[in-house]
Amino acid sequence: MSDKSQNAMPASAKWALWLPLGLFALFVVLVLVGLLRPADREVASGMVGKPLPAFALPPAVADRPGLANTDFTGKPRLLNVFASWCIPCAVEAPQLAQLKAAGVEIEGIAIRDKTEDVTAFLARNGNPFARLGKDDVSAVQLALGSSGVPETFVVDGKGVIRYQHIGDIRPEQVPMLLEKLKEAAE
Amino acid sequence: MSIHAVPRHPGLDPGSRSLPARPKQKSRTPAFAAATAWWAVLPIAFLAFLALLAVPTHAQDSLPPAPYAYRQLDDPKLEAKAQALMVTLRCVRCQSQSIADSDAPIAGDMRSQVRLRIQAGEDPEAIRAWLVERYGEYVSYAPRVNRLTWPLFAAPVFLLLLAAVLLRRRFVRGAGQ
Repeated sequence: MSDKSQNAMPASAKWALWLPLGLFALFVVLVLVGLLRPADREVASGMVGKPLPAFALPPAVADRPGLANTDFTGKPRLLNVFASWCIPCAVEAPQLAQLKAAGVEIEGIAIRDKTEDVTAFLARNGNPFARLGKDDVSAVQLALGSSGVPETFVVDGKGVIRYQHIGDIRPEQVPMLLEKLKEAAE
Repeated sequence: MSIHAVPRHPGLDPGSRSLPARPKQKSRTPAFAAATAWWAVLPIAFLAFLALLAVPTHAQDSLPPAPYAYRQLDDPKLEAKAQALMVTLRCVRCQSQSIADSDAPIAGDMRSQVRLRIQAGEDPEAIRAWLVERYGEYVSYAPRVNRLTWPLFAAPVFLLLLAAVLLRRRFVRGAGQ
């Protein structure tokens, strides 16, 4: 720019001098927001509101039958996706027992698990499951849109997924799940 | 952040590294104990401390990987097709890696499923759509133009046009002087 054009700078162009600084400040704010806000790493399933995918899993333990999507008829149930090698799954065991005591039927899917490991896990933490299928290659887990263990789905009497709970069930979340089951029954 | 499962990064895979065995307390004779300087037990104490640290990370399945997790399809054309799709699918557990790059068990299971479906003649985009239906657009590394993503595609075009207009004005003014 020549000297002439600088001297003749109109009033409207003066604020433009501050524009880069303003943009930079905006950028800093954006970075700070991104840094300070706790990142949400949970991937919600797109299958909520849709029928269960078709599946038929062999039994995971000797004393429970396997699990198929056609088992979800009549009344709402919980579908718990877990594994014996998953620590939060052991943490949520008392809550599952509590839900079972409240009359909820809980079906389970053991992900990438050996029969002896699941048996030992259930002997240690209690067995709240009515049926228990084993998913050795995460096929049903992927079909459910589940990205980890543990996850718990509320499935209504028509086999439609109504709610997905990601992570272990904390004691304070038990009433919420009972409420979701009640909603699924309506 | 919840403790939804335990992060399964290959580096944290306890199966892939050998932990120092927890040193057992040796029963030593008093004479030997007296002859041993106090600092000689420091390495043992350190090892015991390491073993203690290592315990909480034990969270990994013990099953072998899915059939096609680490095995290519026999037909190189189909394998290339599967590979092209796998590098554009996000591992849902180790979220900054594609399933082709990740050693997480679920990524192996996803690879196996992708390869088997490609082998069965399924279209790669149909497999992507199947996953997007379950995990959202997030699972795909190849963004599609939609209501949310159109600015990504429009912005470069807009910036190029803006640059062309500004340069034109400058050149025209320069020629006029």
